[in-house]
Amino acid sequence: MAVVTLTIDDKPVSARAGESVLDAAKEAGIEIPTLCHLPGVSEAAACRLCLVQVEGRGRLQAACVTAAAEGMVVRTQTDTLREYRRMILELLFTEGNHVCAVCVANGNCELQTLAAELGMDHVRYPYLNPARPVDVTHKQYAIDHNRCILCTRCVRTCDEIEGAHTWDVAGRGTSSHVIADMGQPWGESVTCTSCGKCVQSCPTGALFRQGSTVAEMTKDREKLGDLVTARREKKWSV
Amino acid sequence: MERVRLATVWLGGCSGCHMSFLDLDEWLLDLAPRIELVYSPLADVKEYPEGVDVVLVEGAVANEENRQMAKVIRRRTKVVVSFGDCAVTGNVTAMRNPLGKSLEVLRTSYLLESAGTGLRLPDDREIVPVLLDKVEPLHAIVPVDHYLPGCPPSAARIKAVVEDLLAGHAPSRAAEVIRFG
Repeated sequence: MAVVTLTIDDKPVSARAGESVLDAAKEAGIEIPTLCHLPGVSEAAACRLCLVQVEGRGRLQAACVTAAAEGMVVRTQTDTLREYRRMILELLFTEGNHVCAVCVANGNCELQTLAAELGMDHVRYPYLNPARPVDVTHKQYAIDHNRCILCTRCVRTCDEIEGAHTWDVAGRGTSSHVIADMGQPWGESVTCTSCGKCVQSCPTGALFRQGSTVAEMTKDREKLGDLVTARREKKWSV
Repeated sequence: MERVRLATVWLGGCSGCHMSFLDLDEWLLDLAPRIELVYSPLADVKEYPEGVDVVLVEGAVANEENRQMAKVIRRRTKVVVSFGDCAVTGNVTAMRNPLGKSLEVLRTSYLLESAGTGLRLPDDREIVPVLLDKVEPLHAIVPVDHYLPGCPPSAARIKAVVEDLLAGHAPSRAAEVIRFG
């Protein structure tokens, strides 16, 4: 297996050829913030929080889809990156209706946690306050579009791990939204297996178990990665 | 030592932040000799005074009275602190925004509910402050110096911020201090 050596935040790091800068950094104990990245499913590079600076490249690169290369010099914590990451979070907060205080995922939300970690103590841009629906037609689960950040983790999880592809994204720009099947109520979906993996994959309170009230919706997001690993390594005999 | 002229204000919020402030219990006795409480819903003062050193402003800007008060506060105060999630983000108070402008909000909240009861919208502007079409966080109306998120911020968090401000330095912005919710 070919190994490359690169520098991340002045630290020499070795990585497998083709491994992402994000994974290489993580293995070296360097945390790069992410939202749409989910171990076990493909990368979407949608949230842009993992943007890093790579010497010799004019544009910022999303670490999740940038391959580690020999001699690469990467910076993950600069003033520019910190400012852009905060801007991204602020724009996510303005685009939906993220009311942490009354959210099922309060205290267990990756968006809320990241905002605090990245120093977002207020939002500098005007809130859009869009009118977005809540779909509670499914027997066990529900989707609150107010909390959705369009990371597409649910879409990828449903497609790649469950193999159902119930979820997809419809619309454009700020009217983009996640739909079940051809846009019918979730409860009427003929492809949904009710496995609940999408609920576990969701970083916010957009997907939750019915009956959860404020701060009750805890999620076990690592299970999905464990499931994929177990399947790949044939840990179960059927 | 000169006492710090402290004020607290209650705009469009539930008073939960003030309740959390009262949760400081016996520390309030330590605080009392170091400050002069010049204006607060917890004190019987009719008018927001001039020359306030520090103010904690709870609540979002939801009506015309809130908006005017925000401007008075800014003019008469050295350090303005957005106190709690409603002041910082709009929070629960701003959950009416997606319903539409103020008239649609009132219709949704009251008239649909009371259909057939003969009830009317309150329209005496001398008594009931006019709702703004959009609920805004405090910093959308006037410049704010520091932010103290939380719904409500815990007593410990409030104490830390007030201690920092009384000592004359900027409050901590560590992750555990600035988390929403």
